Amino acid sequence: MATKSLKKRESDLANSNRQLDILSNGIFKNGELPTFKDKISETSQFPLKAKKLEILQINVGYMCNQVCDHCHVDAGPDRKEIMTRDTMRQCLEVIKNTGAHTLDLTGGAPEMNPDFRWFVEEAAKAGITDFIVRSNLTIIRANKKYYDLPEFFKKHNVHVVSSMPHWTRGKTDKQRGDGVFDKSIRALQDLNAIGYGMPDSKLKLDLVYNPSGAFLPGDQAAMEKDFKKALLEDFDIKFHNLFAITNLPIARFLDYLIASENYEDYMYALVEAYNPMAVKNVMCTNTLSVSWDGYLFDCDFNQMLGLPVNSKAKHISKYNAELLEGRNIVISQHCYGCTAGAGSSCQGVVA
Amino acid sequence: MSKTYYDPADLRKFGKITEWNEELGNKFFEYYGKVFEDGALTAREKSLIALAVAHTEQCPYCIDAYTKDGLQRGVTKEEMMEAIHVGAAIKSGATLVHGVQMMNKVNKLDG
Repeated sequence: MATKSLKKRESDLANSNRQLDILSNGIFKNGELPTFKDKISETSQFPLKAKKLEILQINVGYMCNQVCDHCHVDAGPDRKEIMTRDTMRQCLEVIKNTGAHTLDLTGGAPEMNPDFRWFVEEAAKAGITDFIVRSNLTIIRANKKYYDLPEFFKKHNVHVVSSMPHWTRGKTDKQRGDGVFDKSIRALQDLNAIGYGMPDSKLKLDLVYNPSGAFLPGDQAAMEKDFKKALLEDFDIKFHNLFAITNLPIARFLDYLIASENYEDYMYALVEAYNPMAVKNVMCTNTLSVSWDGYLFDCDFNQMLGLPVNSKAKHISKYNAELLEGRNIVISQHCYGCTAGAGSSCQGVVA
Repeated sequence: MSKTYYDPADLRKFGKITEWNEELGNKFFEYYGKVFEDGALTAREKSLIALAVAHTEQCPYCIDAYTKDGLQRGVTKEEMMEAIHVGAAIKSGATLVHGVQMMNKVNKLDG
């Protein structure tokens, strides 16, 4: 189990250029596998173009109380990148002036940003209809100052989306750290107790499943059924939907794939599972990702790879809907992760 | 020629068997796909049966395929090992139950 980020370990793979090198060379360079560009060109889907902005996903910082094995953000307690209130103000301006219906806060653990609550309160005033916080659950039990987070979420009608890799302790702790399962269960029970995740409740509680190793997620609906049955029977926990998300081969997951000699097989699996129908609805076509320092990216993954939007408007302070809509999405081989099988996005399957 | 009889990379090429007999190959894969769909048994239950049979057949390709398939379906290693024991129990039981035949023969010849 990792305890430090790749950045802190000064790993070669903390360098986004090195990651892009790996994704562009080897089996893709020698033609063993087609590049993502070639693959989507087969169905005339290149270049991928951004449609109307629907979801603004803001990464408020890379600091996290956990160091999960497969984190694409390479987040952890040692990451100090945190969004300032000034940048949050710039994001609020954009929220007020666009038709984006969903604000999606992510991290790290977004709750660890000292201005997190201020930002949520201000954004709620701006009238967002769907307001997502991607919570790792354990943060709620990590420190007394976070114990009232469920009440805070409820007050602002925040849609809570939480990671839960498995309904068993062993598989969850292996991926996310010792003790994570028990704390997550306790946090889910706290959320249930105030109405989150209950049938017909407006307080939405969804779980995110991503595989614990070098394999793709199974059928989302079947997994949801298994999760619901097990969590209800074992812990009397209820939730609304399960989002099955594919691990993208970047950052710590890429490090794991290479170290465990699974990289080539995993890329083969992604390419073999390529589904052109999923390309139509990949999240980069309706989402914009904002980094802790206000820069704009097609998705959180491109943010981590240091691939900025292909537009003159590269910073939230320069946000311009006309310039950004219709822009060509920046792609590389990691994009196969979003088009495998039923597809994958921060909202689960797309096809 | 490859140096070993089994090459893990060959599993990916399974579909190529249709190239030398398209009709039968396609019929097989159609049948195979249908067998593993949700039915009276769930696809998850079928995957565990396949894993057990993969071991009794001692097919390395099938073991690779259905271990991965199980992981994708959220099957735990405890469930996988139990499934394999079911296969092993039938295999050993099938050996031992023939002991009755041996006993019958002994009783007849030397009883």
